[in-house]
Amino acid sequence: MSQSPTSRLDFSAYDTGGFFDELVDEAGKPRAGGELLVEKLESLDFEELVRRQAGAERSLFRLGITFAVYGDTKGKEKIFPFDIIPRIVPSDEWEWLERGLKQRIKALNLFIDDIYHDQQILKDGIIPREIVLAAASYRKMCQGMNPPRGIWCHVTGTDLIRGGDGQIHVLEDNLRCPSGVSYVLQNRLVMKRSFPQIFAASHVKPVVDYPSHLLKTLEYLAPDGLPNPTVVVLSPGSFNSAYYEHSFLAQQMGVELVQGSDLVVHDGFVNMRTTAGLKRVDVIYRRIDDDFLDPKAFRPDSLLGVPGLFAVYQSGRVALANAPGTGIADDKVIYAYVDKIVRYYLDEDMIIPNVPTYLCWDGKQRDYVLQNLDKLVVKAANESGGYGMLIGPHSTKSDQEKFAGLIKAHPRNYIAQPTLSLSRVPTIVGDKVEGRHVDLRPYILYGKDIFVLPGGLTRVALKKGSLVVNSSQGGGSKDTWVIEKS
Amino acid sequence: MLSRVADSIYWMSRYVERAENLARFVDVTFNMMLDLPPGSAGQWQPLVSTTGEHEWFDEHYGEPTQENVVRFLTFDPEYPNSILCCLQAARENARSVRETISSEMWEDLNSFYLLVMDAASSSDSLQSLQDFYHEVKNAGYRFKGITDGTMPHGEPWHFARLGRYIERADKTSRILDVKYFLLLPEPSDVGTSFDDLQWSAVLRSVSGLEMFRKRHHGITPERVVGFLILDRMFPRSIMYCVDQADQSLHAISGSPLGTFWNSAEKRMGKLRSELAYAHVDDDIIEVGLHEFLDALQTKLNSVGRAISETFIVADATKTNGGRTQVQSQSML
Repeated sequence: MSQSPTSRLDFSAYDTGGFFDELVDEAGKPRAGGELLVEKLESLDFEELVRRQAGAERSLFRLGITFAVYGDTKGKEKIFPFDIIPRIVPSDEWEWLERGLKQRIKALNLFIDDIYHDQQILKDGIIPREIVLAAASYRKMCQGMNPPRGIWCHVTGTDLIRGGDGQIHVLEDNLRCPSGVSYVLQNRLVMKRSFPQIFAASHVKPVVDYPSHLLKTLEYLAPDGLPNPTVVVLSPGSFNSAYYEHSFLAQQMGVELVQGSDLVVHDGFVNMRTTAGLKRVDVIYRRIDDDFLDPKAFRPDSLLGVPGLFAVYQSGRVALANAPGTGIADDKVIYAYVDKIVRYYLDEDMIIPNVPTYLCWDGKQRDYVLQNLDKLVVKAANESGGYGMLIGPHSTKSDQEKFAGLIKAHPRNYIAQPTLSLSRVPTIVGDKVEGRHVDLRPYILYGKDIFVLPGGLTRVALKKGSLVVNSSQGGGSKDTWVIEKS
Repeated sequence: MLSRVADSIYWMSRYVERAENLARFVDVTFNMMLDLPPGSAGQWQPLVSTTGEHEWFDEHYGEPTQENVVRFLTFDPEYPNSILCCLQAARENARSVRETISSEMWEDLNSFYLLVMDAASSSDSLQSLQDFYHEVKNAGYRFKGITDGTMPHGEPWHFARLGRYIERADKTSRILDVKYFLLLPEPSDVGTSFDDLQWSAVLRSVSGLEMFRKRHHGITPERVVGFLILDRMFPRSIMYCVDQADQSLHAISGSPLGTFWNSAEKRMGKLRSELAYAHVDDDIIEVGLHEFLDALQTKLNSVGRAISETFIVADATKTNGGRTQVQSQSML
């Protein structure tokens, strides 16, 4: 809907464009939980709204909440674009999501533990053995490993999308150091400053306690009998694109942020180098990939890691979150089996459905994919961040040919899914408000209990019509409001 | 605290102090130019010579005109000690220890950086440049205030103070040295080409003119030299800076003042005593101001090295080679 600078928003004239809109229905009526927000937005001068949007962006810049863009040699930093119209999640829907996410994580954790022990699920023929053992994220050296308290995936970010029919699906599991939670917390801060009245009246579930939950989750992993375990966050360093988040989480938890070079294995323990000599470390929240953790156990050319770390971990003298090897559960081929995994370990039906997925290693499904490349989304099984992806309807003939070649050469590496009409949320675009496609990444912590942070990161594809929400590819974010049950 | 973090905080603090002092350098030269009779050139050349980078300057700029020198010292993205590069380095160091410093410090340093970046990209008049130097000075004050007001006064804070005062001692000595080049080419000439105007400018550059007047009233070179090197109250005098750095050093290691447990404390203590028992005529003017300052700078550098050896690269195991950043220690 177009706005002259002095006018007010009128959602009854808002064009949902045939998509599912998260805030209003086709008639322009607010959906459950969105009534108050719509009322307040309509009562504001549009000019005022744009001013607050600019103010929010300024404060993100001043806070230095930026990320580095790979491949930009000038080392330019960008803020992760932020839109101040929040995404609403009604309380009933959230309760259902929370149940579904807890179920999923519980099952995936049992699956990982099984794969690295008896492989019962493979013996029972539920998942073909070769698929699991050929996954790029399968770590042979983790076979037989017993992580503290039997937990492998302590921190998970699960990507959810809503299709045109209004049904929410799980699009992807991220069990390897998912990032973005710092934006959830900072977006909330900025929103509270930008819309104090709306915020206060809306009864939004708080997110501010995430760092305490994270710290509790990490401390729970410490070797027995340590009253005050030393927890650290291990970062690849300030050139990493998620460095801001690493330092933010360390700061909010009040623990040290270390790099590989700060740690050294000495006398069978992991220590950090301090101005007063070496100090023992008990729990490491690592934000570097398995491959780079320890050059002695994983990639020998890694400069980021700590030589000997993995051996200390195996001996139980230090805990790692997430456990090495966890990535097996977010392989995109394994993803297609999660419903079977849930049924196998929990004897339950999967609560949140998956997106239908075609596995290219299967001859029949591959043929279907190859014949329908112009309609499907093709993804590499082991990539994230929107890399290694073909979006059929937006692709050229030569893109499709390239992917056809890739699929034929490495069928195990590719899956395909129908192109989904992601739901949209009203978003400020220049001097207009238009619908933009979104997804949602809730964060799940698995410690003594399973905790799901209310809401999560709503990523929004700012380019008109675009379905790619990744920050590296022109995405932005919104605050996510889970409305308390009234 | 982590050795790497101590190193970064120390250098963050040094770079902010360095940027502030650079602004003082350039600003005072501007002011002096305005007071001098027309045609008296050559005020900008000494600033270049004291950087120790005059060959690099000749190659990149040629003539030491006002415009060239100002650009070189303020906005040159390739000269590692320009105000711009100092702020970049300070911010990079701060960024790597964001979880240790307060959010307020980070926000403030970030806006300080943006202030300099903005000024660098606009083509400003002389007038607004002077405003800019004034703002840089104020940003320096503000950052220190925020540091003192929002950071626990524990080990990290003491590393920040250590960096600040060692840098400031060095810079005060260099501001004096610049004027030595200009005014007093030979030790025997001290006092002969006395110039009230020039020495006032030097004092103003360290915000010390009013304090000096209250204490000594009339300006003589000996008094100015004594004030800037040996005064115990003036917060930019070398004695004061060394004293403060010494206190922070002892607070870090926990040893009593006046004793030493490591080589950093030993060297700092010796330097402190030397200054505490020095007299301006016998121990400074007699030796030659330039010679004295030269030796002092060497000692400050050796204190800096000892700090690094004691706290940063010291390592029980030696594996993985305790590493430290190689930070530019050269002039300015």
